[in-house]
Amino acid sequence: MMTQYLFYIFSSISIFAALMVLISKKPIHSVLYLVLAFFSISGHFILLNAQFIAIVNIIVYAGAIMVLFLFTVMLLNLNISTELTKPRIIKVIAGISAAMILITIVGALKGISLAPPDSAGITQIGLVKNLGKVLFSDFILPFEVSAVLFLSAMIGAVMLGKKTADE
Amino acid sequence: MESISNIVQYVPLQQYVIFCIALFCIGVVGVLIKRNALVIFMSIEMMLNAVNLLLVVFSVYHNDPAGQVFVFFVMLVAAAEVAIGLALLVLVYRHTHSIDVNFLNKLKW
Repeated sequence: MMTQYLFYIFSSISIFAALMVLISKKPIHSVLYLVLAFFSISGHFILLNAQFIAIVNIIVYAGAIMVLFLFTVMLLNLNISTELTKPRIIKVIAGISAAMILITIVGALKGISLAPPDSAGITQIGLVKNLGKVLFSDFILPFEVSAVLFLSAMIGAVMLGKKTADE
Repeated sequence: MESISNIVQYVPLQQYVIFCIALFCIGVVGVLIKRNALVIFMSIEMMLNAVNLLLVVFSVYHNDPAGQVFVFFVMLVAAAEVAIGLALLVLVYRHTHSIDVNFLNKLKW
């Protein structure tokens, strides 16, 4: 039963934090609420015994990416609530369309029968050892290619960030 | 730990799917209603995370490690995307002194 309660607790924390990202006026509050949402999603990963993904989520998302966001907020001095809001009619239309996505997919979910879980006991596939074996045997080529992707992203970021001669 | 990690038996797959879609839809609303480019980026990250969670859920329920490897690659691509995107954002701010996306409408029509 405790597992179920933990699922509901983590789910409500993530939904609350995700809503607060949109509600809060200052960008820095949005960033901090997003960190909370990422931590609760990491809690979900731990519940699913996906330990490697949970740790990577904390390190990469809640660590690196959100620090990058915070750094940008402070670099651009954006911590002023400048009331950048769209008109109310746009908000209503956006809410209605997102609710229609939700209703459509949930309604489609009612009609189908999802396959029962294959795993009888606790799955061990999310452990670092097992996932590492898969990553370095079946997925070795995508893994190496992603290193090239990172190199190109790094070069691109440096190229974009550097001041040109005429500025 | 025995009772905690046995979630497959206790929580049906439907509840996970509904939760992830709700999180994704909040991200969609954020992209549609916000004018601050930074918050739009954050909403995109939230949508990516909702999809990641759903991939891990399906991978655990069907005992297939490929889903979790795919989540790992999604995270790699997201990190590269954020690095480039924030560099672009700084560049836009340097030229217009604002990150309001309504200023960036030259390509709109």
